[in-house]
Amino acid sequence: MYFQKVTSLFGRTRALENQVDEFLDKVSEAGLVFSRAVRLYLEEGACAEFEAFLNQESTIEGREDTLRRSIETELYARTLIPDLRADVLRLLEDIDHLVNAYEGHLFRISIQQPDIPEEFHKGFRELTETVVTCVDSVVLAARAFFRDIESVRDHVSKTMFFESEADKISTKLQRAIFASNLPLEKKIHLRYFVERIDDVANHAEDVGDSLQIYTIKRRI
Amino acid sequence: MELTVLLFLTSGLFLGWSLGANDAANVFGTAVGTRMVTFTTAAIVCSIFVILGAVISGSGAAHTLGTLGSVNALPGAFMAALAAGLTVYFMTKWGLPVSTSQAIVGAIIGWNLFSGSVTDTDALLKIVATWIACPILAGIIAVVLMKVVKAFFHVVRLHLLRLDAYTRMALIFAGAFGAYSLGANNIANVMGVFVDVSPFTNVHVGDLFTLSSVEQLFLLGGLAIAVGVFTYSRRVMMTVGAGLMPMSPVAAWVVVIAHSIVLFLFASEGLENLLARSGLPTIPLVPVSSSQAVVGAVIGLGMLRGGKDIDWRLVGNIGLGWVTTPVISALVCFVFLFFLQNVFDQRVYREVHYVLSQPVLDRLNEDGLVTGELAELEGEEFRSAKEFLQAFQRNTFLSQRVEKKALETAELRPVHIHPLRIDSLDDNWLTSDQLAAVRTLKGVRFDHLWQLGEALADVSEEWRFRENTKVNKLENKALARKLEYLSRHFADTGNADNGRRARRVNP
Repeated sequence: MYFQKVTSLFGRTRALENQVDEFLDKVSEAGLVFSRAVRLYLEEGACAEFEAFLNQESTIEGREDTLRRSIETELYARTLIPDLRADVLRLLEDIDHLVNAYEGHLFRISIQQPDIPEEFHKGFRELTETVVTCVDSVVLAARAFFRDIESVRDHVSKTMFFESEADKISTKLQRAIFASNLPLEKKIHLRYFVERIDDVANHAEDVGDSLQIYTIKRRI
Repeated sequence: MELTVLLFLTSGLFLGWSLGANDAANVFGTAVGTRMVTFTTAAIVCSIFVILGAVISGSGAAHTLGTLGSVNALPGAFMAALAAGLTVYFMTKWGLPVSTSQAIVGAIIGWNLFSGSVTDTDALLKIVATWIACPILAGIIAVVLMKVVKAFFHVVRLHLLRLDAYTRMALIFAGAFGAYSLGANNIANVMGVFVDVSPFTNVHVGDLFTLSSVEQLFLLGGLAIAVGVFTYSRRVMMTVGAGLMPMSPVAAWVVVIAHSIVLFLFASEGLENLLARSGLPTIPLVPVSSSQAVVGAVIGLGMLRGGKDIDWRLVGNIGLGWVTTPVISALVCFVFLFFLQNVFDQRVYREVHYVLSQPVLDRLNEDGLVTGELAELEGEEFRSAKEFLQAFQRNTFLSQRVEKKALETAELRPVHIHPLRIDSLDDNWLTSDQLAAVRTLKGVRFDHLWQLGEALADVSEEWRFRENTKVNKLENKALARKLEYLSRHFADTGNADNGRRARRVNP
């Protein structure tokens, strides 16, 4: 019976590891859906396919929430990683916010349907790609936190690089928007979206910062 | 009589209880302190393995009385155990991990002072040395081990959750192993002096197994330790595991293992013997305390991280606790013995007499100890070691080594190889050859232990001490233990105090 208990302990640990991996996979997947949805909106507007992407993003976000709750419950119910579980909990919640942000922005685009002139499409595409790459870097850093603590730093520094790239693109895009002949209300509307999308990168950078602190604590 | 024995037994049980309350922290403190193992799980595992260790492996030590065995009267042993138990209890109450064995040694020093026995100054020096040596050794080993573990994890990159699961299992296994050794090594101190007066009889559980009276006694002692673990060990566990310094679970494991390595390397006669037999250089045996090893290991890891996390105030208190433990224990024992003897009219020690008879003088001469000036003391009997040494010193200068040898040789240990008692000797422990040798001495009386030893050595090769080398050390020690056992088994108490018995003549 004791042997069974031990094997089930390791079995449950493996299952939990898989859940954490799936949770992080879903963030990358959500990023891909987000960038494809934005690209599609720029090309074809709020078409049916865009709505399908939005639904897909919602499904991913739902699954993400379920996984997060299950991992958190398991960590606390079985008092796993007692010294780090508060950090892991915050990490998962922060990363979940990134997916929420992806979903929220697609919803906002779907509801408000901003009119984005062609001259700004390139800027929006670049911004979206950079933000998604930034989030992907922080996901890699989070993965490394669980598996390979030494490379957390590398991934976090990439996250920081992409965040500052995103800032540069955002500033350039906003300057171009406000320098254009568009009416002020349109300029403000476009600025709103540029800022919201850029915020995802800022948030990813915050997650990276926290991860560095957690990493110092994880060093045995 | 039995009621008195039971009453005296309570102090052994109390000592066991304090031992559980204090020493469980050495094996499970860091695991509980880092919240990797819950206190209840730790207490259950610890209790089970302490009891198993006490009953299964502890019984092997049933013939050695433990350190308290040097106290030669049961009421005295009762008080020494009580004094040691009380000292450990108060230290535990303040959350300080102390050395139980040093509390016991302290109590014995109190008894020595009271009974006029001589305290081996070497033993005292060793205790002082361990306060410094043991934590330093443990600290160094913990640091080295931590570096190895880090390098290992650098190569084998485990998932955080898997590392957690493995560490948890490793902590429980290390704790269980530690608890087993705790039970096996300390039960002799808790219950050893009561072996000869055990109120139990052998119990047969069907055809499955037999629980001997000693095993029952040790089971009782093990239970007392377990109760101590459950009821009172939490505070010391938290001091060791979390109070001194915040620790990661892996560090918690490193501490437990470093402590076990220190105990194994510097206290294992088996290892010393193995190394000596293989022709390898041996590691000097240093008396180590597990509490001091654990604290040293934790501090070592703290120093590795720069020392900023360590609560130095607490470290100071713990150090102070170590120094005061034997002192308090000795004082408490001394004062209580006074009351026990004068208020309750109990004989707290049996006088040990020393005599400078012709055989003793001859033997001292044989050993190359100057006896010329001592001839005038021939035939005189002394009522305590102190008295004997004083007389001795008036006549000649004695070095520590000579003093010890003279005491050993002159000590009166009347033995009568009573025919009726030969059959009750432990035939599992003594070899058939050794038993046969004892039988040849049927009816003979001896005054000194060495005389018995010599007579037995004349009869059988198996009673002969080997040359004093490292390889033979363990065997010689075992043989000395057997002789000691014989002297207790055949103790000629009837004539112990009159000092005018017929001196033994070689058959």
